[in-house]
Amino acid sequence: MTPPPPADPGVAVQVRGLRKSFGSQTILDGIDLDIRPGEIFFLMGPSGAGKSVFLRHLIGLEVADSGEIQLNGTSIGDESLRDRFRLAMVFQSGGLLNSLTVAENVGLYLAEHRLKPPAEIARIVREKLALVNLTEQDALKYPTELSGGMKKRVAIARALVVEPQLVLFDEPTSELDPLMALTVGREIVHTNRMSGATTIVVSHDRDLAFGIATRIAFLEGGRIIAVGTPDQIRGSQEPLIRRFLAADFSPE
Amino acid sequence: MFRELGQMLLLFGETVKALPLAWRQRRKVAEQLFEIGNASLFMACTLSLFIGGVLALQAGPLLTQRGLGSLLGGLVGESLTKELGPVMMAILLAGRIGSAMAAELGSMRVYQEIDALRTLNIDPIRFLVLPRVLALAVSLPCLVIFAILVGSAGGALVAHFNHDVGVPASTFFNNLRSTLELRDLLHGLLKTFLFAVMIGVVCCNQGLQTLGGPRGIGRSVTKAVVNSIVFILVLDYVVTRLLLPLARYHG
Repeated sequence: MTPPPPADPGVAVQVRGLRKSFGSQTILDGIDLDIRPGEIFFLMGPSGAGKSVFLRHLIGLEVADSGEIQLNGTSIGDESLRDRFRLAMVFQSGGLLNSLTVAENVGLYLAEHRLKPPAEIARIVREKLALVNLTEQDALKYPTELSGGMKKRVAIARALVVEPQLVLFDEPTSELDPLMALTVGREIVHTNRMSGATTIVVSHDRDLAFGIATRIAFLEGGRIIAVGTPDQIRGSQEPLIRRFLAADFSPE
Repeated sequence: MFRELGQMLLLFGETVKALPLAWRQRRKVAEQLFEIGNASLFMACTLSLFIGGVLALQAGPLLTQRGLGSLLGGLVGESLTKELGPVMMAILLAGRIGSAMAAELGSMRVYQEIDALRTLNIDPIRFLVLPRVLALAVSLPCLVIFAILVGSAGGALVAHFNHDVGVPASTFFNNLRSTLELRDLLHGLLKTFLFAVMIGVVCCNQGLQTLGGPRGIGRSVTKAVVNSIVFILVLDYVVTRLLLPLARYHG
């Protein structure tokens, strides 16, 4: 089946010489990347490689020591960026506000920016929750009453409400069982196809990466050591990537 | 220390800047007011009743022995209105509400809720700090007026029923009414308002600066309460000193 044409073209991301240190520890050591509009770009690497820190730079939650990030030619530091591009991020923990119900969390962006009347917000919230298989009963619950997988799905619904042109996922399948991880992976692809948003996923989940990515970059020690299609990464002769991909539990 | 002071001043400035949008946050302000009242009214009542009582118990016998027992009401009322009411209620709110605010914002910081707000282009200061500071600024003066009333009643009870004091409640209240002036109340309420804003800014700032998981939240709560109490006492001296020329018996 051919996917429908993108409703809203995603943004291209260009990263040049990105460096970040916390104290004496270098986390990002000169990252250069080009991410194409509308693709699902997967950043893979071992724990502590700097994947989440990289993601936080893309959405402006961290300021780089040096280097440049541009979204469609606009620097991430540009104050008018948010007026031009809608960005959304799905956090590892979900990042849901515990004091608000699921429905209030999902509709928060529209309500706070007064973009729609309350009845319209309620309709959009119902629609987005349905997209991630959550019911109207779920909408009345508080995040503390939800499972890890449900929280992730609510976070995805909240990101969808923004109708983002760039959507970032930080470890979307962590703490999820394989079936729920599969569901979340499908949601990411579905979101990407529906909106045409450029999608960047950070994870060390190999199955997810090879299942959904258009391209994969491998981050190690704050540097990108390989970028390519899933097949190219699978065939990489880089020793660390080979070890990472071959790692399996086999009792001795 | 100076870094924290700078952060607090910045947060205060940002909160003042967000003031024009306060009406949009009225629901959150109302929720905070309800929480503050719910959490502190009973404690405020107990605390002020006994403060008034102990003031009468300490000063009453001394005044009665010197034939000045009829002045007890004014002494208790003045002390409660200008000093003990504002300071004790501010300390109570710092411990009971300020700590909860620091813990809540700290937890929101640690569990990425504040980052999520930023990615949704929602200013955490407008959304989280402003309603809390406003609710404190409204509720603490109300709580102090309540404390003055209850504390005076506590003082009158002790004055009336304690044999060493032996001042009738009617004498106590007559003297309180003739001694206390509107400017005394305004003096107390001005202090209270400043304490409230300061507690809100100090505690929210500590919450927003939280790092390092549950232990970090615990550290933030402790720092929020300790810093608030220190600032309350320092600010109390500074404001009292500045208002001294306006006191009717000064000079």
